[in-house]
Order: sequence, then C-alpha cells, then structure tokens
Amino acid sequence: MKIAFLDFEQSIAELEAKIDQLRFVQDDPAVDISGEIARLEKKSLALSKDVYAKLTPWQISQVARHPQRPYTLDYAGLIFTDFEELHGDRAFADDRAIVGGLARFNGQSCMIIGHQKGRDTKEKILRNFGMPRPEGYRKALRLMRLAEKFGIPVFTFVDTPGAYPGIGAEERGQSEAIGHNLYVMAELKVPIISTVIGEGGSGGALAIAVADQLLMLQYSTYSVISPEGCASILWKSADKASVAADAMGITAPRLKALDLIDRIVDEPVGGAHRNHVAMAQTLKLALHDALRQVADLEAAELVENRLKRLMSYGKFKDKAA
Amino acid sequence: MSWLSKLLPPRIKKDDSAVKKSIPEGLWSKCPACEAVLYRTDLESNQLVCPKCGHHQRLRARARLETLLDADGRSEIGDSVLPVDALKFKDSRKYTERLSAAKEETGEDDALVVIQGKIRGQPAVVACFEFDFLGGSMGAVVGERFVRGVQVAEQQRIPFICFTATGGARMQEGLLSLMQMAKTTAALTQLSRRKLPFISVLTDPTMGGVSASFAFMGDVVIAEPGALIGFAGPRVIEQTVRETLPEGFQRAEFLLDKGAIDMIVDRRNMRDKIADLLSLLTRQPAQEG
Repeated sequence: MKIAFLDFEQSIAELEAKIDQLRFVQDDPAVDISGEIARLEKKSLALSKDVYAKLTPWQISQVARHPQRPYTLDYAGLIFTDFEELHGDRAFADDRAIVGGLARFNGQSCMIIGHQKGRDTKEKILRNFGMPRPEGYRKALRLMRLAEKFGIPVFTFVDTPGAYPGIGAEERGQSEAIGHNLYVMAELKVPIISTVIGEGGSGGALAIAVADQLLMLQYSTYSVISPEGCASILWKSADKASVAADAMGITAPRLKALDLIDRIVDEPVGGAHRNHVAMAQTLKLALHDALRQVADLEAAELVENRLKRLMSYGKFKDKAA
Repeated sequence: MSWLSKLLPPRIKKDDSAVKKSIPEGLWSKCPACEAVLYRTDLESNQLVCPKCGHHQRLRARARLETLLDADGRSEIGDSVLPVDALKFKDSRKYTERLSAAKEETGEDDALVVIQGKIRGQPAVVACFEFDFLGGSMGAVVGERFVRGVQVAEQQRIPFICFTATGGARMQEGLLSLMQMAKTTAALTQLSRRKLPFISVLTDPTMGGVSASFAFMGDVVIAEPGALIGFAGPRVIEQTVRETLPEGFQRAEFLLDKGAIDMIVDRRNMRDKIADLLSLLTRQPAQEG
C-alpha cells in the first residue's frame, strides 16, 4: 500500500519518493545502490521520528483522521479471533457506521463494538463516514445487553467525527439513543474497555465510551466538539481550527494530565497507518493489561467503581469544603 | 443635569428620577410570535407566556422556581460549587472573563440552580438551567450541582425534577464538559434503583450534550409548547443535508408526533401537572375536591 502523506509530512514524502526511484533503478543488475537505499531509509525513519515528535494538536487530528489509519474491523481481524458480526437494532435498520459482534480475545469470549469508517468512496458512503444514526447506537446498546446477559467483557473502539446531524436521525431520536447508551453503560454488569483509535468526536463518541478503562492511541483525539466546529462558533471562522485544537486540549497526553483517560498506547513511528500489524500488537498488549485490571471484580464492585469514577469527572472549587 | 434639577432639593430630585426611570424602557413588550404589544407587568404575571397567542418566552431559572415551588421550606443545593478555568481557555476573550460577565449579567455563579422544596405540598428537588448564563451550557459546575441534587433526592427519598434550557456542553471546558454527560446520566441510575421518579421538562432550547444525556432519561418527559429540542442545531443539519428542514422541525409538537416525549404542558399549568404526575408515580391516593 502506498502511503498517503499529510501536508506537514512533505519532507518525508520527498525522501520516500527518492527511495522509490532508486529502488526502480536497482532493478538494473549493473549497479548496486542498496547501500544508498538503506542509508536513505534510515534517514527517512529519523525524519519521521523527528516530525512526529513535534506534532501540534491540529496536526495530530490530521493523523487521527488519516485515510489509511486502521479502523475497528482491522483490529477485529488483527487482535481478535472468531469474529462473528451481529447486525441491526431490531427496530429500524442496520447502521453500518457502527459494527459489532462476538469474538475471542486471547481465547476468551468477548463483545466488540466500534465506529467504522470506509476506505473507498463507496464504502465511505455505506459507512456514512463513521457518523452513526440512532439505530447504530441502539444496535450497540443491544449488543452490550447481550454481553451482560452472558457475562462477557465489552471492548469498544471509538473513531467518529460525531453522531450524524441529519433529519431522519433527529426524527428517530438521536439524543435519546445517545443518552440511553450513557445510562446503560453506567450500570452494565460486565467490564467495558474503550479505546479511542482515531477521532473521538463528542457525544457520538462518548455514546460507546463510558468505560472501566479508557485508552487512547498516541495520535488519536477526543474532544467535546471538532476543532473546526469550535473555531466557527467561538472564533467565528473555521480557519482557526488549529488554534481551537490547541485551546480545547484534545490530545492523549493533555487528557491524561487531566485524569480523563487511563493510558496512552504508543503508535509505530509515523503513526498507526504506517504499520497496522505493529499497532495491533501493541494495542493487544494494552487491552490485555486493561482487562486484567477489572476482569476479576464482582459485578457490584465493578459498577460501583465505574460510578465513582464517573462522579469524579470535572474540575471546580467548592467554597463550603 | 439641567439647571433646574440642580436648584431642586435632593428629596424631590430622587422622586423625579424614579418617575423618569419607570417610563421609558421595558414598560411595553412585543410578543415575538404574534407581535401583540403587551404590558410588561401583564406578561410577567403570566409567566412570560403571551396572553394573546400563548407563545412561551424564555424564563429565568429563579423566576421559574418561584412559580413552581411552595413558598415555604426551600433550600438551595450545590451553590457552594463554583467554576474554575481548568484549561486556561481563551478565544477572543478569556473564559474567566466570560464567567465574570455572565455572573454580572445574571447574578448567578453558573448555569444551574438546584433547590429542594415542595410542589403543592409534595417534597422534591428541582434543578433549573439558566440559559442566560453562557447559553445554559453544561460544564463541571452544572454537572456537580446536578449530581448533588440527585443525591439529596436519593437520601431524602424524594423525586427529582429538571428543567433544561441549554445549548449543550460548554466548549471552554473541553472534554471535561463532555464527561458531564456521562456523570449526570450515571447519577440517575442510582435514583432509579431506589424507585424515585425523575421528571424531565424540556424548555426552549434543549440541545446538544444535555439533550443527548439525561434530558430524555426522565420517567416522564415533558416539553413546553414550541420549545426547540434536538441533538444537532438546525443550521448544522441544514448545512449537512443541504435540504430545507420540514415545517416545525425539532419543535416540541414535532417531537410529540414522533413519539420522543410524553406530553406538552403549558407553563401556566406546569406546577399542577407535575404535582399530579408525582402523586400518581408515588402511589398517593387522589386528593379530595
């Protein structure tokens, strides 16, 4: 797969293009330039490390939205075995922007639920760009209840620009669908491990992310509103998205410092899209560890801990205290 | 000051200015719906409902609580909880400046007022959003006051009622504000476990992160006539779908038709309606007369 480079990666892109040219020349047996290629590859890696060490929050949100970034179904294949996709909300439709189903994690039964974006234009439309409608959230809810019934843990994967703002979505109760999920996830009697793998877009993300353990990939983002949306409201111009991204604190390290997430999962050099397999391996270890933290708790204790954690969210002062 | 007023003794001066003040601004008010010119005092005594066409104007949190609660036995909950600027947020203005300006304008410290009191003799905790405070947006203080209100209801074994009037989550508090959606909604699971009623009243407007969290989790969900209620704002939807929105879209009547709410209640009957519902839900016998 040819890697699509982002704007701020132009220096890497140029170097990679040069390496490609040399590889083409190398097919000629008369010249040996493998040493030169190796040298440039090393240089490219160092350059990637360098560029990625200094990413701004806005650049990180570009990486989080990278078209080649691994999506939920990629992880379903790379981390889990025996994935059996389950469809539909039993009331209206099957929303392809959220996928879910039974699977095994290290040999144990589990439920996977996640937002799903599309790769090509046709699939993007089918998946509605990862923006769920109420039936998507209701499918997720059904699968969570199913997991609870059979006592199996739930892994959720968050990657959405947000819940879909459409006429039909409103008519069928987008608000109620999201709120209902928050309510049920607060009292679900099985472990919930959530990972933000790409874009954590507002309420549409939170609707499958109330969890006992909340993980974020290194270059994922999680925010109350998209940087563009925030900029157009508070700065009256969507061009100020990079400023808004800075101000809102949407990156994993910032959110870890605010105690809103439990851990950050490192990505391969140059982002998860450079190496899906390596990313999946790292994430699998992190998920294993996260699950171990809560797997042995009795249901009552699990729910009580989750509730305490939810109640602790928020910074304020109390003049009575 | 004119030469005449300078000559007058101070007591007369004072009277004069008082008369002047009461004449010009705010004596008359035009109904935004039917354009009827209304005497401001009439409108206020009618809870800001137009006596001509029934249009419901936005009502301030404390004014609403005044109309709803019995005069005796009120106590405020969570008023010691005050906002902080955790992100050091600044757009064209600092968040701290916006907070002080909102406080100046409304006399409130944040966008939720929670009072324990009685409605026609029945004890309850009532939370009320103040839309004039940063668009009634939900940040950490709103979340915490809401939760404390629910907890008091839980301890006292009394119902919880919430009136929403909000644009949604408070952007200036970033993800901390998004998490208030999970926090507030989770608190309600505890109320429900003790079989205590939660009545949610959606007033104009109820949008975004509040609409998409606890607002629709009421055992009974009520809306005021004409209230705008939804997840995404109409402008965002119009830009996304590039169609004109249907007539009355996201209004209370539309939601009733789509099955999203239980009933629409005129503000002037709200107190009686809530009292009736509470008494039915808590299995009290019918009242005489």
